[in-house]
Amino acid sequence: MSGATAKILDSIGGLPEPSNDEVVRAVDVRKSFGDLHVLKGVSLAVRRGEVVVIIGPSGSGKTTFVRCLNHLEKIQSGRILVNGHLIGYREVGGRLIEDRGRNIARQRREIGMVFQRFNLFHHKTALGNIVEAPIHVLRIPEATAIKTGRELLARVGLADKADAYPSQLSGGQQQRVAIARALAMKPRLMLFDEPTSALDPEMIGEVLDVMRKLAREGMTMIVVSHEMGFAREVADRVVMMDDGQIIEEGPPEQFFAKPSHKRTQAFLSKIL
Amino acid sequence: MSFDWPFFWHYLLRPSAAYLNGLMLTLVLSVVAQSLGTVIGLFAALGRMSHIAPLQYLVRGYVWIMRGTPLLVQIVFIYTGLAAGGIFRFEDISLGILTIPGNVQAGLVALSLNEAAYMAEIIRAGISSVDSGQTEAAKSLGMTYGLVMRRIVLPQATRFVIPPLGNEFNAMLKNTTLVSVIGVPELLLTTETLTSATFRVFELYSVVALYYLTLTTLWGVVQGRIEARFGEPTAQTPTEASFGERLFGRTLARMARGKL
Repeated sequence: MSGATAKILDSIGGLPEPSNDEVVRAVDVRKSFGDLHVLKGVSLAVRRGEVVVIIGPSGSGKTTFVRCLNHLEKIQSGRILVNGHLIGYREVGGRLIEDRGRNIARQRREIGMVFQRFNLFHHKTALGNIVEAPIHVLRIPEATAIKTGRELLARVGLADKADAYPSQLSGGQQQRVAIARALAMKPRLMLFDEPTSALDPEMIGEVLDVMRKLAREGMTMIVVSHEMGFAREVADRVVMMDDGQIIEEGPPEQFFAKPSHKRTQAFLSKIL
Repeated sequence: MSFDWPFFWHYLLRPSAAYLNGLMLTLVLSVVAQSLGTVIGLFAALGRMSHIAPLQYLVRGYVWIMRGTPLLVQIVFIYTGLAAGGIFRFEDISLGILTIPGNVQAGLVALSLNEAAYMAEIIRAGISSVDSGQTEAAKSLGMTYGLVMRRIVLPQATRFVIPPLGNEFNAMLKNTTLVSVIGVPELLLTTETLTSATFRVFELYSVVALYYLTLTTLWGVVQGRIEARFGEPTAQTPTEASFGERLFGRTLARMARGKL
């Protein structure tokens, strides 16, 4: 989407409210590592174009939940649907059977993910990182992929860093490349797992700016973050997780002004 | 001390045709066995790391046996043992003008299978050294297992594998002497043949020792170059790392285009 379009959309208050087409529907998701129950029945629905920020203390299961959404973690029970497709599993006679690797890989194409530790491919340049999957997964012609890749780099403000290796980039720059890399797959959903937690304070802003722009352009986003300013400004909905459950959710104005749950109040008072 | 210097110099500097053939065979055996061992070792490593339990146990058992028994025993077992047991006999294979004798094949098989066990462990360690975040990022982009390995993990594991691989090849150059027991006329057996004709054990074994020393020394130089080319593990000094990574990246690009 061009900047002009984004501006117009801004002026009319973002994309028109989509007819309730859901991008994500998670139902009663449960997961444990041995005896440790990390997710104790998490349900969440996310509409197209919605930005959901998940907050909560460490160990509350928010990262694990987001990783389940593209099947980087297995679940023990429940259902996760993205774009209407069951993720990671086939349902056979009411039971979940893990899907074949090839099918899971196919499902992941439409789900972009940004990691706390960036995870750029160390042996590839910034541009190389971005075009890798379009060329080898989507089999887009190299020239086209490179052209799109350069546009994406420009979009995250790194047009001049195409040939830089990750080790030559700052954390903030690496994370912006990582976002561009995920966008290169033209995902319908973007997951952010604490995208700014590993960054020095002065670099957090540049990454949040990119994410803000993305949200404004109508991307469906689920963001695990401690950046309350970002949540307040960008989120359509803030979700509070604690002890493997969603204990409260709501639009940011209401959520931050008068949280109803005691543990939310305690958490917010500590962090704000 | 009786050391016939003229005899020594003669055999050192003007080796006979048979001696040079022995040298050539040593080199061919080493290179082929190391290559096969590396390829088989790669698949063994992937098998060992797979989620399929029987495959894991198969590879574990294989590594256990190959590393737990002497290479010399394996060589004789594969060539003489299997034939004596009426299980398998290595026959000469004729490829046009080139004939590969049965004992050379058996020697290659034994050396390769033995080497594969060691390479499996080395490659497994190399793969484990690559940060799991790399795999996760690759998966999240929709890459299948094969793509993740081929495009992301193995290229990065290479830098961890190259140094021990070099040491393995050094050992391989010397281990080829063991196939002399099944009559493969490599460098050592050629030397033995000469000693039984001349009884000049001291001189001829000095010569053959120097030949092996030359081979391993030359390999040391080559190994140093390869290691420099594939770059040091990332990056105390950013400029150096980027240089190494650039070479590394270019090499890979060429490999991907099938030019290497």
